[in-house]
Amino acid sequence: MHSEEKDWSLIIKPRGNLFELNLEELWHYRDLVWLLVKRDFVSFYKQTIFGPIWFFIQPIFTTIIFVLVFGNLAGFSTDGLPQPLFYMTNIVAWNYFSDCINKTSTVFKDNAQIFGKVYFPRLIMPFSIVISNLVRFGVQFILLIIMMAYYILFKGYHPNFTWYLLLYPVMIVLMAALGLGSGMIISAMTTKYRDLSFLVSFGVQLYMYITPIIYPLSSFPAKYKKIALLNPMSPIIEGMRLGLLGKGDLTTGTFIYTVVVVLVVLTMGIIIFNKVEKTFVDTV
Amino acid sequence: MSTAIKVEDLSKVYHLGEIGTGTLSRDIERWWALLRGKEDPFLKLGESNDRTKKGESNIVYSLKDISFDIQQGDAVGVIGRNGAGKSTLLKILSRVTSPTKGNIYVKGRIASLLEVGTGFHPELTGRENIYLNGTILGMRKKEIDRRLDEIIDFSGIERYIDTPVKRYSSGMYVRLAFAVAAHLISEILIVDEVLAVGDAEFQKKCLGKMGEVSKGQGRTVLFVSHNMHMIQKLCNTCLYLKEGSLLMHNDTPAVIGAYLNNKTLQSSLVFETDENNTHLTGFVKRIDVKTLDEQNIEEIPVGRPWKVVAQFQLLQDFSEFRIAVGIITSQEMPLWTVWSAPIDAKKGLYNAEFIFEEVILATGDYQLVIGLSTRGASIQYLEDCMRLNISSTSDIFDSRIYKTDGVGVIVNPVEVNITKI
Repeated sequence: MHSEEKDWSLIIKPRGNLFELNLEELWHYRDLVWLLVKRDFVSFYKQTIFGPIWFFIQPIFTTIIFVLVFGNLAGFSTDGLPQPLFYMTNIVAWNYFSDCINKTSTVFKDNAQIFGKVYFPRLIMPFSIVISNLVRFGVQFILLIIMMAYYILFKGYHPNFTWYLLLYPVMIVLMAALGLGSGMIISAMTTKYRDLSFLVSFGVQLYMYITPIIYPLSSFPAKYKKIALLNPMSPIIEGMRLGLLGKGDLTTGTFIYTVVVVLVVLTMGIIIFNKVEKTFVDTV
Repeated sequence: MSTAIKVEDLSKVYHLGEIGTGTLSRDIERWWALLRGKEDPFLKLGESNDRTKKGESNIVYSLKDISFDIQQGDAVGVIGRNGAGKSTLLKILSRVTSPTKGNIYVKGRIASLLEVGTGFHPELTGRENIYLNGTILGMRKKEIDRRLDEIIDFSGIERYIDTPVKRYSSGMYVRLAFAVAAHLISEILIVDEVLAVGDAEFQKKCLGKMGEVSKGQGRTVLFVSHNMHMIQKLCNTCLYLKEGSLLMHNDTPAVIGAYLNNKTLQSSLVFETDENNTHLTGFVKRIDVKTLDEQNIEEIPVGRPWKVVAQFQLLQDFSEFRIAVGIITSQEMPLWTVWSAPIDAKKGLYNAEFIFEEVILATGDYQLVIGLSTRGASIQYLEDCMRLNISSTSDIFDSRIYKTDGVGVIVNPVEVNITKI
């Protein structure tokens, strides 16, 4: 007695196709993404006095410390840009990336309770994380704009926007995709063996130091620059700074390279995540 | 009528024990076998899921080769003892986990309620949580918009709807959560035993709602419960699972009857535990139910004293050793447990007698539980190892007793005086 597949609206099988991605189903749950984003945002400032202002505190203080330590003590180059502006531009971008990767990499562990009780496409969770971090990024970006305005009005800084600014949103998407993809790979690998999760949070911290955040790529000697450019985050950060502040190192070659790496990581992430989500409840 | 759910040769394997470096080598071995296109070497070792026995391997079949069809509009009860695989079946049907083998074909949208209030966020208000919980359960926002008033009305907590749910009492929390679930749009509803909380009035309301769901709207309902009363009221057919296998799929009264009569009457039970090949340090060898004059009896006449004699073997010396006997009703409600006074027991063979003289159990079926312990730690625990039957009798043992069945669990001789005033 073999059943005709078309007669059924749902077939539950032991192991799904590796590349199976039910976009239609994902689309059905789009409202959930928005509600999860709203939940994250609202619960962040509930029962606080300053509310969303807290989004500002972290980048401001990090910028101050960077200016003091790397700018003044260590005397790192900032490509001739005002130090606070240089650091803030990079920090705001980097924060988004590191939030995406950190939060996504623990998605199974953090949501084990919900995942163990109800089905919805698991991909919804990482997507909602990336989007709710985007809200945070947006708030911090406003801070950056305020700071730029201050420098233009009171410090005689000449704004130097370039056409690369049009690439800025593209860079954000690339960064989100890279954080999402690598976070999903890590999350899938840590459901059974937790070892890797210890590596993630400080690994991301260390990763910041090999990405041009506290220094510009231009301060690298030519022969090391090639190695630095293997890091897909380098062109993204440089490109974002190029658009906003007019100083950065982005070529068509490095841009294409980054896009390719991001696409590969994202695809791998989705495949691995999809494979693990089916049975992770039994092992997490 | 057409088939709503078709289950074919469904199996689910779980790996017992902890995950650590040991499991890595096994994973590699399994992966290597898969790579060569061979069958998973660890699946062959699997055995049935009898949690009282120590297995040979730490791979266990929580469900084994289960097949059944469910017709559209059926209300199906799933019954079985703890660990029979009921929850695993529901989890697979709700797609929380995948089966190890076998396929399930489903017609229509499934909404499952393995827990009430999944995804509720304590900081959000009741209204916000209705939306969050509803979408997690698969509804669209506009579908919730349409039903919002109905949901709030059903929950009966209008006053608190804009208060964060962390301020709710647990009863209010359940009310709100079930209200959302009850208004899900789906052709198939899967409900685990979630109604245990909430007050009687609300439970009744939920039962009514579920009945309406299956009978009125032609929806298919799968319902797990230990409460035979609820099952009887709600379900027209039942699945009876035992140790991961499907024992019976039939009309509700037939299945409930079989479930309750699962253990045939017997007056003595001998356990064939081999003392040279066991992980237990002490175990029960034999249980007898007897009258006070040492006659083995299968049915205890109501009101007569009886005793349980347990023979057990201790393979080592124990300090503060105790043996306990408990009685459980057929509805799985524990009645009482009695312990022996602690003794320092040397290794050897023992007999323990429990004489039940004073409490009179009403006519019906009961289960016996036996446990051995040392310093409060369990040596062996045998859950519902034996069935007791208290049978009605015609001889009057106490003039104050008028009836012995349908009176509850205990027959209590109470003097009743009626005077005309």
